[in-house]
Amino acid sequence: MKVAVLGGGRTPERDVSLRSAHRVVAALTDDLGHEAWIVDPAEFPLVEALQERPPDLCWLSLHGKEGEDGTVQRLLDLLGLAYTGSAPFHCEVAFDKVLAKDALEAAGVATPRWMVLEGSALRDLGAGAALDLALERVGLPCVVKPSRSGSALGVSFVARATDLAAAVMSALSFSDAAIVESKIEGVEIAAPAIGEPLEFLPLVEIVPKDGPYDYAARYTAGATDYFAPARLGDDVAVATVAAARAAATGLALRDITRVDLMVDAGGTPWVLEVNVSPGMTDTSLLPMAAQAAGLSLRDVCDVIVRAGSGREAG
Amino acid sequence: MTELSIDRFVDRYARRTAGMSASEVRALFAVASRPDVVSLAGGMPYVQALDPAIITGVITEVLADVGAEALQYGGGQGQVSLRRTLTALMHEEALEADPEDIVVTTGAQQALDLVGKIFIDPGDVVAVEAPSYVGALTAFGAYEPRFLPIATDDDGMMVDDLERALVAGDRPAFVYTVPNFGNPAGVTMSLDRRHRLVALCREASVPIVEDNPYGLLRFEGEPLPCLRSLDPENVIYLGTVSKTFSPGVRVGWAVGERSVVERLVLAKEAADLCGSNLNMLITERWFADDARWRGTLSTLVDTYRSRRDAMLAAIEEHFPDGAMWTTPAGGFYIWVTLPTWIDTKSLLAAAVERRVAYVPGTAFYPDGRGADQLRLAFCHPPVNRIVEGIARLGALLHDEGELYRSLGGR
Repeated sequence: MKVAVLGGGRTPERDVSLRSAHRVVAALTDDLGHEAWIVDPAEFPLVEALQERPPDLCWLSLHGKEGEDGTVQRLLDLLGLAYTGSAPFHCEVAFDKVLAKDALEAAGVATPRWMVLEGSALRDLGAGAALDLALERVGLPCVVKPSRSGSALGVSFVARATDLAAAVMSALSFSDAAIVESKIEGVEIAAPAIGEPLEFLPLVEIVPKDGPYDYAARYTAGATDYFAPARLGDDVAVATVAAARAAATGLALRDITRVDLMVDAGGTPWVLEVNVSPGMTDTSLLPMAAQAAGLSLRDVCDVIVRAGSGREAG
Repeated sequence: MTELSIDRFVDRYARRTAGMSASEVRALFAVASRPDVVSLAGGMPYVQALDPAIITGVITEVLADVGAEALQYGGGQGQVSLRRTLTALMHEEALEADPEDIVVTTGAQQALDLVGKIFIDPGDVVAVEAPSYVGALTAFGAYEPRFLPIATDDDGMMVDDLERALVAGDRPAFVYTVPNFGNPAGVTMSLDRRHRLVALCREASVPIVEDNPYGLLRFEGEPLPCLRSLDPENVIYLGTVSKTFSPGVRVGWAVGERSVVERLVLAKEAADLCGSNLNMLITERWFADDARWRGTLSTLVDTYRSRRDAMLAAIEEHFPDGAMWTTPAGGFYIWVTLPTWIDTKSLLAAAVERRVAYVPGTAFYPDGRGADQLRLAFCHPPVNRIVEGIARLGALLHDEGELYRSLGGR
């Protein structure tokens, strides 16, 4: 099969995306005997590149806006090309935390209390006066994140009410809306899943050595300890997978995803967010989970290629 | 249950690598590489001033005349003919030196590393300007010093603050300064402070490392004496041809007392045996034609001056009240200080979204300060792009002010 692996792009996660793409190309060609190559939209106009060398399948390894928000998926639909991952509308919902939180709640998935501050509401509607209400509803400590961004960029942890405004301003640098979310104390868990229908891999427990699981903790080797499977009791692990599955099902995701959760001291799992294009680098969570299940990158890629190519394109 | 190690050497790395972590700012620059983004971030010299045909001629001459030498190993101290050329270059700034007191390095950046290597033991104090050249902080940082940041104002390093630290008992391994049009602040140390710094350090037996990449890029005013010319025994001087010729040839140098140079040469030989003979000979040949290099330098100075003027005028027009900035008399950079509620690191994401990039201030401090500051480089983009970039940044800063006020800030 001819597989164009879309990676790179002009987003802050460009390097991560390219690292994933290189590993996927190696697995697809060397291990699975496909013909695979990287297409980087930052290097060459995407449509031209795909028309010049038409693939049977596009593997989406792009991160951030455009790659994860349904934009590239809609374009590939237009071109009549099959691709891995979720459909455009579902990508859009999953990538935008404002929409995703509502969708999770509608699906009956436990997610931390939150409220939304939109830049335009602050500028034009005087929403700043409601900041106290937001805090009342969410409580301290809280987490402030941009609605549409990845890799924890623009995320702040707020312990004092006086720091909220600065955190909101930081988040709004990355997106047009900020989510203020109640901070759950507990164990950070990633629940990756692959295939159509999605099958969950072992849970990965994330333990940053110092401070929060922020950008540096994610991408500096050695800054974070990982355990797979996660060191949770059997009942808690089952409940955590069930919560992750409910989130993925509620958001109608397919082929490949990663659900991020916190498990609180009482053993209750809370879904923080879902990712439609999880990283596949050697330091990424999904390959770690696969390894814990005894699956190689080859096996993972095979499952995803079969899932992505088993649908009618467009 | 398995503990997964994502890097099997993670427990083996030396302590000095602890500060080397993944950076959000570096990630944001991936976006800034879009052609429609005006980058006021990088300090890339205007190498377009060099005529490729002439450079080709220079390289051809070197290979024809001294090809065997150019392609061979050389001595650790560097080509003596080049060292003679460098003494002439320093003479332009009224600094006299003997070719024997020079070690040629792979850019002045290697000289910074070698100085760190021969002077810093772990835990030693190194006094630096705040803000300071980030490349010096990272080069010295590998030798695990404790940085002593000394504040700067429009007249450069505040020598009184250094004196207070010395009186309080700090004994730095050396004091590091970029006295002319420093990176990032663009300020120049006043004559009075030069004299006081040199006297203070001599009295305290603390060597000075004077880094002077921009000295010949003066747009106006009279040149001030190099620190080394005020006290040759106690000042180690670093130079480079990166700003007067090309950063691509990687030719820098250090000047010091013979004993210091001997150690630097040994350290240099341990690091890379010797510099590139080919590049050294090309550099020497470039500067051998007096009219040619002076003509190029004068083109560079004129270009940078007009870019600085354009940037200053645009800042004046577009930046909101409450912003402050330096007015450099040379070099590459303008340093901007904004109201304290602005975080220039996260703001970079919004700036890139609006197609303009800068370097956030925190990079230039060893202690996390600078969150309300940023560096603008006027050396690379042409005037119309500079004006466009500053207009975009100014509009963003106005909007940030509005957002801040909407959140209850005053």
